[in-house]
Amino acid sequence: MDSLLSERFLTELIIGGIAAAIPLLYASLGELVAEQSGVLNVGLEGMMLVGAFAGFVATLETQSLLIGLAVGGIAGILVSLIMVLFCVRLGMDQIVVGIGIVLSAEGATSLLHSTWFSRSYPRVPSAEGLPIPFLSDIPVLGPSVFAQPWPVYFGLGLVVFMTWLLRKTTIGLNLRAAGERPDSLDAAGVSVVRVRTAAEITAGLLAGIGGAYMAIVAAGTFTPFLTNGAGFIAIVIAMIARGRPWWTVLGGLLFGMSLSIATALQLAGVKVPTAIVFMLPFVSVVLVLIIFARQSRLPSALGLPYHRGSR
Amino acid sequence: MTAPATTPDELGAAEPVSGRLSRWATSTALAVIPIGLAFLISAVILALLGVDPVAFFGDIVTAGITRESGRFDVITRMAPIMLIGCGMIFAFRASLWNLGIDGQFLLAAAFVAGLGPVVMANLPVPLGWVVLSLIAMVVGASWTLIPSLLKARYGTNEIVTSLMMSFIGVYLAVVLVSGPFDGPAAVPQTDAVPRDAMLMDIPGTSVHIGFLVALVVCFVTYLVFARTSFGTRVDVLGANPRAAIHLGINVPRLIVVTFFISGALAGLAASMDIQGIFGYMRADWNPAYGLAVVPLVFLARMNALALIPFAALFSLMSIGGQYAARRAHIPSDFVLLFVGVLLLCMVGTQYLNDKRARGEPLLPHSLRRAGRG
Amino acid sequence: MSVPLPVSHPSSTAAGSIPAVELIEITKAFPGVVANDHISLTAMPGEVLCLLGENGAGKSTLMSILSGLYQPDSGQIKVDGQAVRIDSPKSGRELGIGMVYQHLSLIPTMSVIENLMLGSNVGLILDEDAAHQRLHELSEMLGVHLDPNAIAGTLSLGQQQQIEIIKALWKGSRVLILDEPTTMLTPQGIEELQKVLRQVKGSGLAIIFITHKLHEAIAIGDRVAVLKLGRVVGHIERDVLTGETPHQLQQRIVGLMFGEQPVEQEADIAELREAASVARARRQMSDRPRLEVVDVVAEGAKGQYGIDGVSLAVRGGEILGVGGVDGNGQQALAQVIAGQQSLVRGDIRMGDASVVKLDVSERQRRGLRYVTDDRIGEGVVAPYAVSMNMVLKRIGQAPFWRRGAIDRTRINQTARELIDEFDIRTPHSETRIGALSGGNIQKTLLARELSFQPQVVVFNKPTHGLDVRTIAMVRGRIRELAEQGVAIVVISTDLDELVDLSDRVAVLFEGRIAGEVDVEPGAEVRIGELILGGAAA
Repeated sequence: MDSLLSERFLTELIIGGIAAAIPLLYASLGELVAEQSGVLNVGLEGMMLVGAFAGFVATLETQSLLIGLAVGGIAGILVSLIMVLFCVRLGMDQIVVGIGIVLSAEGATSLLHSTWFSRSYPRVPSAEGLPIPFLSDIPVLGPSVFAQPWPVYFGLGLVVFMTWLLRKTTIGLNLRAAGERPDSLDAAGVSVVRVRTAAEITAGLLAGIGGAYMAIVAAGTFTPFLTNGAGFIAIVIAMIARGRPWWTVLGGLLFGMSLSIATALQLAGVKVPTAIVFMLPFVSVVLVLIIFARQSRLPSALGLPYHRGSR
Repeated sequence: MTAPATTPDELGAAEPVSGRLSRWATSTALAVIPIGLAFLISAVILALLGVDPVAFFGDIVTAGITRESGRFDVITRMAPIMLIGCGMIFAFRASLWNLGIDGQFLLAAAFVAGLGPVVMANLPVPLGWVVLSLIAMVVGASWTLIPSLLKARYGTNEIVTSLMMSFIGVYLAVVLVSGPFDGPAAVPQTDAVPRDAMLMDIPGTSVHIGFLVALVVCFVTYLVFARTSFGTRVDVLGANPRAAIHLGINVPRLIVVTFFISGALAGLAASMDIQGIFGYMRADWNPAYGLAVVPLVFLARMNALALIPFAALFSLMSIGGQYAARRAHIPSDFVLLFVGVLLLCMVGTQYLNDKRARGEPLLPHSLRRAGRG
Repeated sequence: MSVPLPVSHPSSTAAGSIPAVELIEITKAFPGVVANDHISLTAMPGEVLCLLGENGAGKSTLMSILSGLYQPDSGQIKVDGQAVRIDSPKSGRELGIGMVYQHLSLIPTMSVIENLMLGSNVGLILDEDAAHQRLHELSEMLGVHLDPNAIAGTLSLGQQQQIEIIKALWKGSRVLILDEPTTMLTPQGIEELQKVLRQVKGSGLAIIFITHKLHEAIAIGDRVAVLKLGRVVGHIERDVLTGETPHQLQQRIVGLMFGEQPVEQEADIAELREAASVARARRQMSDRPRLEVVDVVAEGAKGQYGIDGVSLAVRGGEILGVGGVDGNGQQALAQVIAGQQSLVRGDIRMGDASVVKLDVSERQRRGLRYVTDDRIGEGVVAPYAVSMNMVLKRIGQAPFWRRGAIDRTRINQTARELIDEFDIRTPHSETRIGALSGGNIQKTLLARELSFQPQVVVFNKPTHGLDVRTIAMVRGRIRELAEQGVAIVVISTDLDELVDLSDRVAVLFEGRIAGEVDVEPGAEVRIGELILGGAAA
């Protein structure tokens, strides 16, 4: 039992948890923006995968985390353009197109990976942490929370930024209007299509970055189906967050920590089936849904906004 | 929220013959064009990857059609696809997004594989088939209860709930197979059912009778929607849930029942696969039909009979594709890409057709103006 | 092309100068109908121009042209004397044309100030201070009080409309156009609206007020233009409006609408009292009530009253009218009787048995029918054929379903008979019902509800939005039904309709029955009082 609570163990646990949480944070933040504007991105998983692959390759070539994340983001944007064209501009069914994107992305990235890396399975070096002075000297929390690679702090900064954007700016107002009552926004003279396009591209960008982070930092490599449902988890986090960006942090940590705990338990030789630990965040989401169902905290009509997408 | 606007074709019975013929022609075109496009795009991608598309597709045909054993494999593989597809048809026609198929499927499979040896040891084999299949159907169906009850009572969005339950179901299956259902083998997998206790083959073939079961289910599903009042109620629910209430349909009950059927068929598919092909289950097995079958259901315009040729196509691409992919040194996940592209092509084709039907120009306004320079 | 806006000062009245907006020979046609046929109108600053016309006269099309949603096929628009093209809602707004639509377009979950900033905030960051100031300015001008941080959906409809007006005036306007603004308002709300409009007039704007209610046009308009079938059939100028009595004006307008010999017909606009009191054929009514609502309490939808202890009884052959301003509990009442909503307390009885525990289809089997006001939303399934829609309340029942299997021939046969009987205009019995006009959809609904041995029928706003002929047909059917001994409830916001059809009228006010009135000569006055909130004598 000692080893379970040792400083080193806990530190590794938290580092692992945050590493798993960050991709979810980015992706669910992007999805939150899209959902606020009325677009449901079932294809998020595909955007993350493509971002993961593209970002990984970029970092492999350039040894730069920044370029890797940037390329991942751009790749995510390219995929989101499919949603923009088919669903936002032309009004086709968002869920069906999203599923098409996921399938295509899974197949495509698997193919590309095998073409280029099937023999080599290259890895990228682990990302450098950025220690925050003083704070990083706290036991356990110091080296884990306050010495993370810069995208972590950037991600938190993004959350703050989004909170401000949604409440205090014209863009945020238009976004929320597009999701609540697009015809009112239209009557006010703002292009619903443009607002949703911007929101969707943001989702693609952030999902791509999240996926890239997953490959470069969390896993250190790309394997087919790397995201393993992270995109769908991000959708659920975004739905529960309902426009409050800080919930993406909570949601990301919840899932991230449970993944980390699972691995850590395995390493510590504790005989809990890892599958049960993996299950826990999902079970807790379902429990939340059941308990709060009566109060209908969750908009049962999340599907609705997308319907009004066709002007 | 509705599934993409596909007016169930069965409702316009008293049209003049010419109307029906042209509708039939349109439906066929709507199916064939996306497939053709998908093949084209796939061919281009293959070429870009340095694979000869002609050889590739030729391999698919060899593996899946020319060789008798290949043909049998393809037909065998159709069974779970047809069953799951029918389950989706029930859900999607009611505008219910059952995205939990994978969880329902694997959980049912775990029970069938785990309990199989015990059941088969104690019951006459044919009875054992039935009992195990029933267990599978009950397991699959009960896994839909949380999403369906939440939706029926509180209107909770079923995309979220079914998705979550799917993840839980997949992990739970792993836990079961690695735990209580774990067999003597070193890796986590169930004990195996003896070969002669598995589903018998259709005489003269190496295709197990699961295929016949699937055919029957397709036929029954088709009849339900073409002829029965239950099918009409499901369709009305899908077309306009508020009207469904007004018209006197018991909507909460219908939601639960529809989901139930959907999950039961997923369970039945699992039973057929385990009892017909494998005889046991490994903890890490997951054929992930849940997403891949969706395009087929839409291509078939949610008609269970039309599903059959599309299931055949998918099966062919899977089986033949596996062989062709191995020969071309690319992963068999290529099928996923094909199916994904197929779905996108289908959506696009459908959209263009809808515009044509409404008498609207096919190009968006801006492009037309640009075209005029 | 933009025209500089005048700054509106409360003291400036620009009456007698250039028209704020002038429409010259505006024509707009759609497939099969000419919505606007060479329409010419002028709206002068400081004045209310009333556009009077019944449903289908072309008012909405004209509105859409003025607001920039449609382009006219031919004709010219001038703003402040200069010819302009209004090619989008945005340019309409820039030209100073402010629109207030019938169906409010506020975002209910956002605050008042957020709604006002939508589309008008300049720059990236929301300038709440400037918005607060402008709101204050305009509130003063209009003489209203609004809490900027109140959530729009929680306000009364009248207040929401005030926000819409403020929004329309936000960037400075020359013209304020209101489309049927009084439909959703309480009598008090209507008074407040009139006050607000007087203020707006006083600050030099032109107002265009669109309505189908004759008395409103006479009361509110400084000038009236009468529209019929896409044409302006007459103008009534200021001096005439102030010079003649309301009765004379009515005659004059009716004359314009219907030619020299005004035909006696029921119409929203004509509001003709039947010349002689129609001797109400003494119908045979059953002894015992067929439908009873016993002290029922039920919740209302958001923003509307539910019902709080309502009791009603209707005998066979009797027509009970339920009146009151929209939103006072009518929806809850209808839903609870039909079974679409469960009640909190009370009982519903049909015949001598309680049906409260029965669901919608079981009540239907007992002979209860509900003709909903929401035709497209819940009444029909729009993508389905007309024939299919006719039998949708009898899914699974013989003769259309035999032993579970559908009999399409039978359905089509019955459908064709009903299409004939109810004069439903449709190209084919298999046509998508969504393609039909509102009147024909309503006829289909009637065919469905009334043709399978109804015992008790609840009509919810049965003639709303219909043209004159169909209105007459629907009312005729209702009377026929009563003669056949069916117990009937007619929920309507139209006082004339209630008086015309009912034997008794119960008035809903804030979820309670304010009173019941037997329909005799002079009953309208009493009923009107109750609607306005007066207590039962």
